[in-house]
Amino acid sequence: MTSYGRGLRGLSVATIATITVALALVFFYAPLDANQGFIQKIFYIHVPLAIVALCGFVVGGLLAIAHLRTGDRKWDLRSYVAIHMALIFGVGGLITGSIWAKASWGHWWVWSDPTLVSFLIVMLLFATYQPLRFSIEDPERQARYASVFAIVAGAFVPLNFIAVRMAQGVVHPRVLTLTGGRLPGSMGLTFAVSLLGIALLYATLWNYEIAAKRARMQLRRLRRAALGDDAAGALGRSAAPS
Amino acid sequence: MTGVFAVAPALPLHTAGPYVAAAYIVFVALILIYVAIMARKQRRTERELAQLRRDLHLPDQVRPADERAPEGRPQTELPQERIA
Repeated sequence: MTSYGRGLRGLSVATIATITVALALVFFYAPLDANQGFIQKIFYIHVPLAIVALCGFVVGGLLAIAHLRTGDRKWDLRSYVAIHMALIFGVGGLITGSIWAKASWGHWWVWSDPTLVSFLIVMLLFATYQPLRFSIEDPERQARYASVFAIVAGAFVPLNFIAVRMAQGVVHPRVLTLTGGRLPGSMGLTFAVSLLGIALLYATLWNYEIAAKRARMQLRRLRRAALGDDAAGALGRSAAPS
Repeated sequence: MTGVFAVAPALPLHTAGPYVAAAYIVFVALILIYVAIMARKQRRTERELAQLRRDLHLPDQVRPADERAPEGRPQTELPQERIA
């Protein structure tokens, strides 16, 4: 018997608890930033959203590799949902970043900053993933081409990140570095809990969507098996795996 | 709740407050929109399942055991007249 959304309840509870603790730390524990003051509180939501979105794109690429290696369509579904969720989190990162930029720099967007522009390029690149899938009607070919795209685009993410790190003249602050960063302990703890909360939220929503899609696919299969293809009706073209 | 705000540090809500609030509201709104879309899809799946049950002439719902036999009453599949 297929089990949909196994462990989802525990994951949901852990996510809600972690995000609640993170919000409490952000507003009642972490000190105000010496330079930016209260506006720096956006950092605890904007940066985790952006990091989790970028990691989600890379995970989507890794799952796509598993699909091409095994030929099992479940990996395509997982890769699709990972990229789909990363796009949603990325939009959140872009909007919260834009609000922070307006409050801090006086502009909604700064085209001369490589960090901002590179993130936008990554988002636009992955925004073509769904139209690409939608344009291919045959499910097998759709899954295969989408996997190739996910791997190439996923590999572009760390390359892009390294290029931006090496760039000079960035407006964006550099607070997270391999040598320990410039965050004091209380801010670092708050950031770590926020990052964990957003990562758990990503994992929960990923599981939730996978469970929903699997249940729907199973229902359609049962309908076709019980009533035949004609009675079940033709499947409409979809970007999602079917 | 009042106690929580009493121990909170003084927050300069008059200057940066709207921006910080907007950023966190965007986050919450994104999650709510996502959950609403998923709930709509869930309802569609339930409708399709109900339609499949009708097409296969199955009963609408398989009732769980605890609904069939209220607490303190023996659960039985036999008609009442046969028990009597």
